[in-house]
Amino acid sequence: MEFARIKLKDHFKETQLFTGRVILAGIGVIVLILILVARLIYLQVFSHEHFTTLSQSNRVSIVPVAPTRGLIFDRNGNVLAQNLPSFTLELVPEKIEDIDATIESLKKVVELSDNDIKRFHKAKKRKSSFRSVPLKFRLNEQEVARFSVRQHQFPGVDIHARLMRHYPHGSTAVHALGYVGRISESELGTLDTANYKGSTHIGKNGIERFYEDEMHGLVGFQKIETNAQGRILRVLDEQRPVPGKNVYLSLDIKVQKAAEKALNNRRGAVVAINPKTGDVIALVSMPGFDPNLFVNGIDTQSYRELATSPDRPLFNRAIKGRYPPGSTMKPFIGLAGLEYDEVHGATHIDCGGWYQLKNDTHKYRDWKITGHGRTNLLGAIRESCDVYFYELSLKLGIDKIYAFNKFFGFGQKSGIDIRGETAGILPSREWKRRVKNEGWYPGETLITGIGQGFNVTSPLQLAVGTAILANYGMHIKPHLAYAMQESESDELTYIEPEILGFVPVEKKGNWDYMVESMRKVVHSNRGTARKIRSKKYQIAGKTGTAQVFGIKQDEKYDKENLQDHLRDHALFISFAPVEDPDIAVAVIVENGESGGSVAAPIAKEVMDAYLLESS
Amino acid sequence: MARSTLSQGLNETTQPGPVGMLKDLHIDWPLFTGLVVLSILGLVVLYSASGENWSIVVRQMIWMCFAFTVMFIAAQISPHHIQLWTPWVFIAGLLFLIAVLWFGEIGKGAQRWLDLGFFRFQPSEMMKFAVPMMVAWFIAEKTLPPSGMRIMGALLIILVPVGLIAKQPDLGTSILVGSAGIFVLLFAGISWVLIGGFVVTLAAAAPVVWFYYMHDYQRQRVLTFLNPENDPLGSGYHIIQSKIAIGSGGLYGKGWLNGTQSQLDFLPERSTDFIFAVFSEEFGLVGVLCLLAIYLYIIFRGLIIAYQAQSTFARVLAGSLVLTFMVYIVVNIGMVSGLLPVVGVPLPLVSYGGTSLVTLMIAFGILMSIQTHRKLLTS
Repeated sequence: MEFARIKLKDHFKETQLFTGRVILAGIGVIVLILILVARLIYLQVFSHEHFTTLSQSNRVSIVPVAPTRGLIFDRNGNVLAQNLPSFTLELVPEKIEDIDATIESLKKVVELSDNDIKRFHKAKKRKSSFRSVPLKFRLNEQEVARFSVRQHQFPGVDIHARLMRHYPHGSTAVHALGYVGRISESELGTLDTANYKGSTHIGKNGIERFYEDEMHGLVGFQKIETNAQGRILRVLDEQRPVPGKNVYLSLDIKVQKAAEKALNNRRGAVVAINPKTGDVIALVSMPGFDPNLFVNGIDTQSYRELATSPDRPLFNRAIKGRYPPGSTMKPFIGLAGLEYDEVHGATHIDCGGWYQLKNDTHKYRDWKITGHGRTNLLGAIRESCDVYFYELSLKLGIDKIYAFNKFFGFGQKSGIDIRGETAGILPSREWKRRVKNEGWYPGETLITGIGQGFNVTSPLQLAVGTAILANYGMHIKPHLAYAMQESESDELTYIEPEILGFVPVEKKGNWDYMVESMRKVVHSNRGTARKIRSKKYQIAGKTGTAQVFGIKQDEKYDKENLQDHLRDHALFISFAPVEDPDIAVAVIVENGESGGSVAAPIAKEVMDAYLLESS
Repeated sequence: MARSTLSQGLNETTQPGPVGMLKDLHIDWPLFTGLVVLSILGLVVLYSASGENWSIVVRQMIWMCFAFTVMFIAAQISPHHIQLWTPWVFIAGLLFLIAVLWFGEIGKGAQRWLDLGFFRFQPSEMMKFAVPMMVAWFIAEKTLPPSGMRIMGALLIILVPVGLIAKQPDLGTSILVGSAGIFVLLFAGISWVLIGGFVVTLAAAAPVVWFYYMHDYQRQRVLTFLNPENDPLGSGYHIIQSKIAIGSGGLYGKGWLNGTQSQLDFLPERSTDFIFAVFSEEFGLVGVLCLLAIYLYIIFRGLIIAYQAQSTFARVLAGSLVLTFMVYIVVNIGMVSGLLPVVGVPLPLVSYGGTSLVTLMIAFGILMSIQTHRKLLTS
């Protein structure tokens, strides 16, 4: 009935009105749908390419694959640096609701230091939240086992195995090898960032740093498909990394160890070189440290101990140490005397234990208070007579001393393949004017002649000079690496020894004389290093004692009451076998006091290890 | 009057379709066919969007069966009875809404659900048909077009539930409920001057709504809509990723199950509100046009039903329900393609989820009732 009422009221007008509105609604619907269609055409046709690119970059990522670092071998193929799998506890922040709580409960499973946690938070900031961030490196097997059992309690936490640099010989040869460590912020600035995209470590020191480019290799890439969470679904394309080259060192780990053992925890350095090739056979700086500590970041405590230790274990004495060469300079001065015709084998002096310049009251003392008596050059070398060399130096003058010794590499960097070596000081008039802004005094010539005064050399320089001496003047650049290798199955690519020059000695007899004098240092009953005499091979050597501080006029060197670090340094340079030298050794024992009884036996140990055991 | 009866008589004779038994089922077969095709398409897309998860597809199928059953039941009730029950349905809905405010369940930061023990129920969904019904009932009491007082009354009927729903807060549903009510007034023939005035009022109210009525997350959504690239990893992420999905689909799409944006999880909410992006990525513009064609077919069938309806109540209600269905589509596709801010409106019969599906099917049931009971009235 109600319907009828309404219909009766104004049915026609109402229907007309309604029909109009329905038609309008229909038009409205079509207009709105057309707007949507226009929008979709815009997105799917006109912007299709743009969105396809975006969609591709969403799902496809390029992941760098770090190359395997080249290994380091010694001359006999012993591994000195290798890559071992190391287990790392890693967290994917995105998958973890409460990171702090997770870390807290992880503490019950693995040992975590505050340092680990601090480092983790720092690393986390630099990475996308779905990327794995390492929390603890080098889990031990127990920790790996304990975590594996409880892994289900820790979603987003996982153990990753990655290759870690490992130095199987520990502190042995650490100053030659150096070590790798995590790339620091400052290094990031100077790196070829493209090639280091996947890399976490870089050579910090020694060989590891010098041959960084060769040993690092070339980064590879994987084109991977990931989902929104960053999970890798499949590898679409791959460019394999080129592994770093293996480096073969002329270092002989056996000799190196013998040298380190012989130093017996004393502060000092030993450098052994093959005079014929420039091969560095041993490069020791004691004390050392375990490079493995640095690979994953050393903890502050241990680092502070190393850095503040008075023995300075981090300091590479072999190439950076600056020592007065003392009497080990005498063979070079003597040879200069012979070459410049200032002395002959028959030239004798009378050594009364001291020397005085004309018009000067200063007494230049001999180490032997009673003097050496009548002495020629051979005797002066053998017994290390200072007075002889005071006289000879005065005759030569500083200019000739400087000119001649320059040929032995003093006062210059040796060019060894480790960074940071010191150039030492080979004093000259020009040097003194430049550095001290003063003229040269004759007294300074005297003390230069016995390797004191301004003279400063590194153990490496002494070894190089000795090698040149042994080599009758041929100066070969010292080097640790003698070959590279693309991969373990490849042939070695040798690095040619580089001849830097020749000492201009006209008469071979002068060489013979000096070598014979040095042989007498060891193989004569009056020689200062007679204790190391051996029947198996002949050694030529020269002892040295370098003053750490100046003794005042008329003051005596009081051994007993002197503080340990003020005692004289003990030095010894030598080469063997005399007839055909295969090894030249320089030894410095800080505050060792006696070149003959402290430094020389160490050189002997080194030569024994090299000459007797390796043959 | 004569013309009207004539056209209806003509319609009845020319109308294709089943006779006899099938006629008594009160099902509008053209509309039914459209809905079934759309549902099947929806399940196919859902299979892909859910990451080939059969259990989700099966659950949606169960919901669909339930929704179609509800539609079928609704179709049996004559428009006359619907009109009679309307005030009670509306009042019940209003009480439920108030109840939600007191002791509703909170989910996703909004208070929308009412736990009735045996099932959880969203009263705001009910308002999607209760409000247009009530407005239609109120308007139909007097001859159209409605008087000013009627319109004011009708606006009150609309604004009270819309306000309650927006307070939950549920912007998407309040838009749908509000527009459902407004559409009734449009079909009732209110003058264009009033409509113009209404639009102006709305524009003036916008800042008020912005500052006093919107929640932070809703404001964020609007800001994000205006410039999604401002916050590519936060709230802009949805829109950016869904535009990438749609755009990279191109003309022919990447193929079913092959959408990288959707299959690799880049697209959020991909089986619910953003399922259109999955569809466009995998089926391209061609697929999208087919989908829109199906929607248009259903909408126009609905408009024809409204046009053929005999009572004022039935007409304006049918018209409003159809246009509300269109609002679903336009708002959903608009937001997914970055034309509109993100409001939680599903893509009808395609998005995963049962609640809005049931509501939609009740609306279609009412449409079918209006269409199929018409002959009874005229004969």
